[in-house]
Amino acid sequence: MSDRDTELRRLLGPEGPDIGCDECFDRLDEYVELELANRDADAAIPGMRTHLEGCPTCREERDSLRALLS
Amino acid sequence: MDRAAERTGVGADPESLAWIAALRAEGPARADAVAALHRLLLKAARFEMGRRRAALAQARNADFDDLAQQAADDALMAVLRKLDDYRGASRFTTWAYKFALLEAGVKARRRAWHGREVMLEPEAWPSFADPAGSAQSAAEATEMLQELQRAVREALTPRQREVFVALALNQVPLDVLAERTGSTRGALYKTLHDARRRLRAELTAAGYGEGDAR
Repeated sequence: MSDRDTELRRLLGPEGPDIGCDECFDRLDEYVELELANRDADAAIPGMRTHLEGCPTCREERDSLRALLS
Repeated sequence: MDRAAERTGVGADPESLAWIAALRAEGPARADAVAALHRLLLKAARFEMGRRRAALAQARNADFDDLAQQAADDALMAVLRKLDDYRGASRFTTWAYKFALLEAGVKARRRAWHGREVMLEPEAWPSFADPAGSAQSAAEATEMLQELQRAVREALTPRQREVFVALALNQVPLDVLAERTGSTRGALYKTLHDARRRLRAELTAAGYGEGDAR
């Protein structure tokens, strides 16, 4: 992906269903445990991946929880 | 199924059920469980502060620990208040940790932005030009940027424009903007999501295909 594509994606976000910040927080613990167990977290919680890509703040929280549990 | 499991719902492991039972007990057993939970939350809050030291370069070590203590205190209150929401979809400790990470992250981001103005007008648009690209691709990148700038000015509502500029363009953290504007993370993200969808549609209508506008 070129710098332009990266920048555009940062500005315009990903397409597709997005669960939003509130549901993201509600299900973050479940999602991260599934990820760490190498199970299909995205199939279990549709819309989470899109949200994490579009929301840097929620993404930081996911990264922190993963790092804490690893 | 014991009483704690019944009230928690299916899925919780024995250790998690023990946490819930102890936190719902009375007397010294509950006090011990609350103290143990606070220690866990403080560990998580300090972990998060440690990850954010670079962004808080101006803060002293004592400030870090003070923020971590505040985050653990607030997270403890949140966990106890929401205990009935725990359904056993993860280990209890994982569920509890996320409250400490949330509180610590919010406090760290607000500290990092303390005294900084939140810009609701464009500060600097990124350059879309590829330094290694041809003159033609540079011209196309410029045209696309101009189209996006036009769409931000003309296609968004004033509220969408403010939120898009602050969050996406100027990279103000969501919870910092929520605090400054008296809104919530969820509401601001929804506004951003709607603004982005509108801008993608505008770019597509202007002839920039999916591969260009994503």
